Amino acid sequence: MRQPMARTYGKRLANLVICLGLLTAQVAAQAGGELNFCLRTEPKTFDPLKVEDDSSAAIRYLTGGVLVRVNRQTQELEPELARSWKVSKDGRQITFHLRSGVSFSDGTPFSAGDVAYTVEQLMDPALHSATGDAFRSGAGNVETKVISPTQILITFPASVAGLDRLFDQVAILSERSSKKERAVLGPFMLADYKPGATVLLKRNPNYWKTDEQGRKLPYLDSIRLDIQANRDVEMLRFKRGELDLINSLDSEYFDKLAVTSPQLVHDAGPSLDSEQLWFNEVAKAPIPAYKKNWFRSANFRRAISEGINREDLSRVIFHGHAQPAVGPFSPANKFWFNGKLRPQTYSPDAALKALQSDGFRLENGALKDKDGNEVVFSIITNAGSKTRERMAVLIQEDLQKIGIHVNVVTLDFPSLIERMTQSFDYEAIILGLTNVDLDPNGEMNVWLSSSENHQWNPQQKTPETAWEAEIDRLMRAQATSTDPKRRKEAFDRVQEIVVEQEPFIFLINRNALSAVSMAVHGAAPVILSPQTFWNADRLTVATK
Amino acid sequence: MNLWRKLACIILVVVVCASAAANWLAPAGYARQYREATNAAPSRSHWLGTDEIGRDRFARVLYGTRISLLLAPAAALLSTLMAALIGGLAGYLGGVWARLAMAVTDLFLSLPWLFLLITARALMPLNVSPLVSVLVTFLLLGLLGWTAAARVLCTTAGALRSADFVRQARAAGVPGQRLFWIHVMPNLKPVLYAQFWISIPVFILSEANLGILGLGVAEPMPSWGSLLKELEGLVSLGDEPWKFVPLLLLVLVVMSFQLLLSRHDEVAA
Repeated sequence: MRQPMARTYGKRLANLVICLGLLTAQVAAQAGGELNFCLRTEPKTFDPLKVEDDSSAAIRYLTGGVLVRVNRQTQELEPELARSWKVSKDGRQITFHLRSGVSFSDGTPFSAGDVAYTVEQLMDPALHSATGDAFRSGAGNVETKVISPTQILITFPASVAGLDRLFDQVAILSERSSKKERAVLGPFMLADYKPGATVLLKRNPNYWKTDEQGRKLPYLDSIRLDIQANRDVEMLRFKRGELDLINSLDSEYFDKLAVTSPQLVHDAGPSLDSEQLWFNEVAKAPIPAYKKNWFRSANFRRAISEGINREDLSRVIFHGHAQPAVGPFSPANKFWFNGKLRPQTYSPDAALKALQSDGFRLENGALKDKDGNEVVFSIITNAGSKTRERMAVLIQEDLQKIGIHVNVVTLDFPSLIERMTQSFDYEAIILGLTNVDLDPNGEMNVWLSSSENHQWNPQQKTPETAWEAEIDRLMRAQATSTDPKRRKEAFDRVQEIVVEQEPFIFLINRNALSAVSMAVHGAAPVILSPQTFWNADRLTVATK
Repeated sequence: MNLWRKLACIILVVVVCASAAANWLAPAGYARQYREATNAAPSRSHWLGTDEIGRDRFARVLYGTRISLLLAPAAALLSTLMAALIGGLAGYLGGVWARLAMAVTDLFLSLPWLFLLITARALMPLNVSPLVSVLVTFLLLGLLGWTAAARVLCTTAGALRSADFVRQARAAGVPGQRLFWIHVMPNLKPVLYAQFWISIPVFILSEANLGILGLGVAEPMPSWGSLLKELEGLVSLGDEPWKFVPLLLLVLVVMSFQLLLSRHDEVAA
């Protein structure tokens, strides 16, 4: 009798051990662990309202609680701390209905008063908040009215286009907490900061979200962010398993990693980022008058655009991890991209014909204008950017085929910016635009002719060309309209004008490339920033 | 001449001859882009493979060697002549002049030249051909590289000033200028040679450093500096050893110069 009894106990014990093991494994997969990755620069601030740099923005994303959030996968706006919201027809007012029973990380309860406090701080002109600037559409003050602890009305002096989506960047501060910006509503909170070394974020014990099974989020215990500017070192550490992800990867590193570990790399397709070339069209620029005439001719710009082989730029420089650019917006921007537009086709013959119709002629392999001036210009780009230097060299050879001689010059970034914005002593520039905002309103400072960032000819008192006047009108029209359809029509036309006139010769849209360790579960890299940890509250890391 | 020096001589002769014959050895040229064969491994058509945009690496190494080997000695000559004039004269005149010259030299030595070179590049006109950019880079290096040599020459010339043969000539009524050119300068020759040979590898390395920073020789013209930039991608170098050839060449040439230099050191001593 004893033996069978012992056998039964043994079996039960074994089953118990297996069950416990499975349970432990499941819990380990759903909770605990530390995610480790790199910030490329020192975060400049932990105040979410003062964020301007990428590193601070990453910390704000992980720690800040927002009223609404753009789902990085679907690009749709979703409720967060606000259960619902309503924008008035004139686009000046927004009413938020807030969740109840939510607390900050230090235990202070969250209410409409905190939202009012945050908006007042954000819109304080003395703060110079870049996030706040996006809400400034007219002169006057922003008014907040706390209707109840869970309802607030915010009134802006003028209509703000895409008003609700702008709140994706506004992390709510506590009005009453003594910890100020250290009291957060996001999934993680700042636990430790060693300047130049690491930022440690710990799980916010009061985070309000739960998963579908009712378990508290986030699953992770902590996130360790190592400050590391050197991408080679970042890559080596990732390969050694010391890092769990690389949020943004160069195509070169991507391919190298893909050879050895294809399961770790992710190409999410074209991102919002673009690289472009533009000519100096500033009237007072210290460059010869005949060159200004070339650069201000749409025909000349279009011919240059036709003479550039974008397919080769994508294939050779970005190893296929980029797409020939179409215009101001990437096809990745699902709603705002004008689907009728197509990338410029490469045709040196057509480019040469277009130039010849403008009086240019080819003599002994060199292109000359109607006054006999040889077509020679310089392209500057920032020293240290391998991809831009290589793009310039490819363009140099492409344009050589139509008799245009290009000098490639690399300058340190401050010198380049000084020439671009102060002295205007340059002929052409290759630089990139990093787009974090899906809404065209985020690009008002680029397309308005009076803007400082209207790079080819900034700060015009009145638009110098009819097409720039038309872009001004359309951009203002879309900015003051609250009807998405009308806004889309206006911005579609802006995109068409830009493609016709080519003040920016858009070259490529980079793909969003990233690497995620097999130890990380739940990662689904996307094109919108932050590509790999947009769902950080649902990520888990297997024990290392 | 011992075996090592002979070997150094042979290496330098081979390298110089190969770079001089670049037009025949690599007729495709350094700028042509084979865009269908980027980052290719060595093959019969591309002996050292191709770079990231499909340019023949062998051609670029040969042409880059030609540029670095031609212009580094030119810059070394310029800096040595300046050092001879400033350091030699200051040492010969002595007193206030020597102190003043050495103060200026110290000032030059303490300046952050890297940042000044970056500024100088930023101030230069943008539309200069690659050839002009090469000449300007080495001219700047030559104009800025005289200081260390000037200190050595000042000390040597100072010692010569009180040498018996100079005193004797002065007592015989030889005028100061003649004394300097006929009696002092010829005796500075061994030191000048040594300084000249020392400067060549220094300028080669300086240009390489400037090239890595994106300054110096403009695209598409190659130099050792721009070729060494390929080594920045630390992660995969074990897989592509042929990318080390420019570095190997630089090390070989600098070592060869150093081996030859040791002979001149002995002469100077």
